[in-house]
Amino acid sequence: MHIFWCIIYIMRKIYLDNAATTYVSGEVMQTMMPYFTSEFGNAASIHSFGREAERAVAKSRSQIAATIGANPNEIYFTSGATEANNWIINGIVRKSKSKRILVSAIEHPAIIETCKQLEKDGYIVEYIEVDEAGVVVVSDLVARLSKPAALVSVMAANNEVGTIQYINTLAQLCKKRGVPFHTDAVQALGNVHINVKEMSIDALSLSAHKIYGPKGIGALYIRNGLKVEKFMQGGSQERNRRGGTQNVPAIVGFGAAVEVLMRDAQTNNSRIRTLRDYFIKQVEERIKNVKLNGHRTQRLVNNVNISFAGCEGESVLMMLDLAGIAVSTGSACSSGTLARSHVLDAMNVPVELNQSSVRFSFGRSTTKDDIDYTIGQLEKIIKKLRSMSAIKGPKKVKE
Amino acid sequence: MYSEQAMERFKNPKNAGTLKGANAKGEIGNAACGDIMKMYLRVSDAGIIEDAKFKTFGCVAAIVSTDIACDLVRGKSIDRALKITNKDVLNVMGDVPPQKIHCSVMASEVIAAAVEDYRKQQKKQAKKGK
Repeated sequence: MHIFWCIIYIMRKIYLDNAATTYVSGEVMQTMMPYFTSEFGNAASIHSFGREAERAVAKSRSQIAATIGANPNEIYFTSGATEANNWIINGIVRKSKSKRILVSAIEHPAIIETCKQLEKDGYIVEYIEVDEAGVVVVSDLVARLSKPAALVSVMAANNEVGTIQYINTLAQLCKKRGVPFHTDAVQALGNVHINVKEMSIDALSLSAHKIYGPKGIGALYIRNGLKVEKFMQGGSQERNRRGGTQNVPAIVGFGAAVEVLMRDAQTNNSRIRTLRDYFIKQVEERIKNVKLNGHRTQRLVNNVNISFAGCEGESVLMMLDLAGIAVSTGSACSSGTLARSHVLDAMNVPVELNQSSVRFSFGRSTTKDDIDYTIGQLEKIIKKLRSMSAIKGPKKVKE
Repeated sequence: MYSEQAMERFKNPKNAGTLKGANAKGEIGNAACGDIMKMYLRVSDAGIIEDAKFKTFGCVAAIVSTDIACDLVRGKSIDRALKITNKDVLNVMGDVPPQKIHCSVMASEVIAAAVEDYRKQQKKQAKKGK
């Protein structure tokens, strides 16, 4: 009898951490497979094996370029968005006369840490303010642009709170001042309309593993004519700017992932947005003293970031994990460290609510049933953690 | 990551809540660093800790450390309780991520804070008695 129960009791597993990474979709996987085995050539070889690999790489490059309105020869494959972000910041400032770098206060660590390193080398880094919803304060950027700068970098949509920026406005302002504008569009791709030519974006970072593609592959768009130092020394791959044998299967997977993403964007986005709004509404109705972090409407369709007053984020995460639900605190990059979220700090979220924040990010496989189960579990968990908490948190949480 | 015994305690802490007839209370930490621990003690006239409870705002390690601290002080004299170190807490908790060791240190500090509070109360009463 016991064995019987053990067999039918398989713990429910729900993945609500799609902003950290996604699974590789079946379609993408199928497209990649031949490039591990039969089509294994080096894209730099000139024989038929190499030519087939090069053809596949070129196709992917075109697919990615088309998605953001770039020319294929403006797309450079990298090991991921972290590399792309490192490359563009370092690559531009080392070619620039100005030693001033302007980035938003809520950038990903790949940008912030790169800037901190440059600060040690004598560069000046300034952080552009954001408001309480995480939207870049345009007047602050305008003021800072009155002096020369090497570049401006503002992410198109934030990974922690999902706030979407007025990227077009920011890029146009930079263009007027002749300052190169870079955006990290990892989270925004497929969610936000992006056209680098229409919007005057000079550089843009992308990643495959957030859009149901493989890990370890990303891309950097560099506008033709923009002065950027090469990433590293090596072979003549990637137009002699980023040496190293190309990761053909991953590149093929990236192209396929982008294709599927854009094809199904409307259907997927509207379904996921409905789930997101339902989740927020239910949580706010059923659990008292919660704060939705970020912008209520101008946010990624799959992002919910909520602070549960009186409950520390990691405790909520682990309790949910015990119930089979995977979420994250702030961002995957800040868990494992004791530091609070720099994003919520920049948004002036009170410290105890900063420590109490949890991010739920939905995906293609998320169902309404998953959401209902999660809300039910959350209700119990928050009640339990609050019963043993040393603080009550603010009585009424300010929006 | 966390040990099995730590996760078991986290799921069902034995000593969470307030304590009836508590005559001492200790508190340490602040929200800025992410942990706040409160410990309540009921100490007998003979100076023996009869019972202990806690309330904690913090991560898994913070909650588990204070739960363990309550177990460790129960039945001990206040002098003996002061000798409990973070190593004693860690021994019960098992493996934790290195950046969480400080939670066990905080647990030993909250014991000290609660005992100090008890002594203060005693002095006050002694003065009143005179």
